[in-house]
Amino acid sequence: MAVISRGFVGRGGEVDPDLPAGQYLTADFPVLSAGPTPHIDTVDWQFSIRTDSDTLHTWSWDELHALPIEDIDTDIHCVTRWSKLGTSWRGVSLDTLFATVKTTDKYVMARSYGGYTTNVPLADLLGGQAWIALEFDGDKLDPEHGGPARLLIPHLYFWKSAKWIHGLEMQSQDEPGFWEQNGYNMYGDPWLEQRYW
Amino acid sequence: MTGTSEARDGRIGNWKVGVVTSIRRESASGRSITIDVPGWGGNIAGQHTDVRLTAQNGYTAVRSYSVASAGVGDRIELAVDRLPTGEVSPYLVDTLREGDELELRGPLGGWFVWTPQQAESVQLIGGGSGIVPLMAMIRSHEASGSATPFRLLYSVRTPLDAFFRAELESPSANLEVTWIFTRRAPSGCSRPAGRITAADLEAHGFPAALSPTVFVCGPTGFVETVATALVALGHEPNRVKTERFGGA
Repeated sequence: MAVISRGFVGRGGEVDPDLPAGQYLTADFPVLSAGPTPHIDTVDWQFSIRTDSDTLHTWSWDELHALPIEDIDTDIHCVTRWSKLGTSWRGVSLDTLFATVKTTDKYVMARSYGGYTTNVPLADLLGGQAWIALEFDGDKLDPEHGGPARLLIPHLYFWKSAKWIHGLEMQSQDEPGFWEQNGYNMYGDPWLEQRYW
Repeated sequence: MTGTSEARDGRIGNWKVGVVTSIRRESASGRSITIDVPGWGGNIAGQHTDVRLTAQNGYTAVRSYSVASAGVGDRIELAVDRLPTGEVSPYLVDTLREGDELELRGPLGGWFVWTPQQAESVQLIGGGSGIVPLMAMIRSHEASGSATPFRLLYSVRTPLDAFFRAELESPSANLEVTWIFTRRAPSGCSRPAGRITAADLEAHGFPAALSPTVFVCGPTGFVETVATALVALGHEPNRVKTERFGGA
């Protein structure tokens, strides 16, 4: 039985069907990071997918840009309760990057410059659901927002869209990443409000 | 994937009903709110809580707030600054009264936290209402009798904008407080009003060579400036913990 908050009316209006439960709309693009923002020169930047100790697929900045770059229009939902609808990004689909990768592992640990990690099932990275994003709203990605490149997995809470992405590591079991060890859900579906442990 | 969020979030527990026991004015736009929350069961310094408001028509709004208190027990203190365009903070600052009920869920978060078992020096750097989780650390530090040296740099627009002013003006022996005033400094203050700089961090913060743990909390611009300057001063990025607040 909910407690009625005396005198609270809220913003009112229609409930937006594009807004998952417990979220509110923002026009800003809030920044949430656990530590200092790393600044990475694209000359040194590299992205890799590791399938086992011997096999590493790597892409330089230029090699990544030689691949098809897609336009992505999507809503994003942060576990801290803001949502932003109709955002536009450009990036390389993970389907493209995984096309040459052979693996039987079903789980992935995303690793970022600066040490951030987050875990995702491989199935959530494929099928047109995830990208290495290089641009936001027509401009290259700001370091604050994860530039030069971040993972973009918009159907999960946004902490899964690792900023400053450096590589993906295949693993046979689902292991918790950074926030997943610090109180957040292993999977993070905003439509099921999978926020916390 | 099936199951409700309540089941998935089992370790956090269900929404709990708290009763506001006292409200104190901290600044023109800020209030600290003490709440008895049966079943809360204590929290470590730096954790936060979800607060849920429900309107007569069933509409709900939820936001997270840092807890300014720490330790065992079911009484917690929040401190909230009114964001002009906010939905929940104006209610908490302007409408909420003693005796009102509030729904809460927590404690949440396991990263931006300090426990008395930590022996290294601690540098706290807060901007505006970013002081709140740092205040919980200061109180936990004092209550535990920890001998670990603490330093706080607290940036506010003017002296009247400071939260917990009386408490911070008479700090405990192991805490050193440096005030940064960005718009108007009190008379007698040697530092002219202005935003925090690397020079402030160098002059009043623990040096990087001591390997302190650094907690930085405030608005995004403040946190970006401070964290970048700390790394430039030689602090290990993984010893600099940040919490940025946005939203309303």
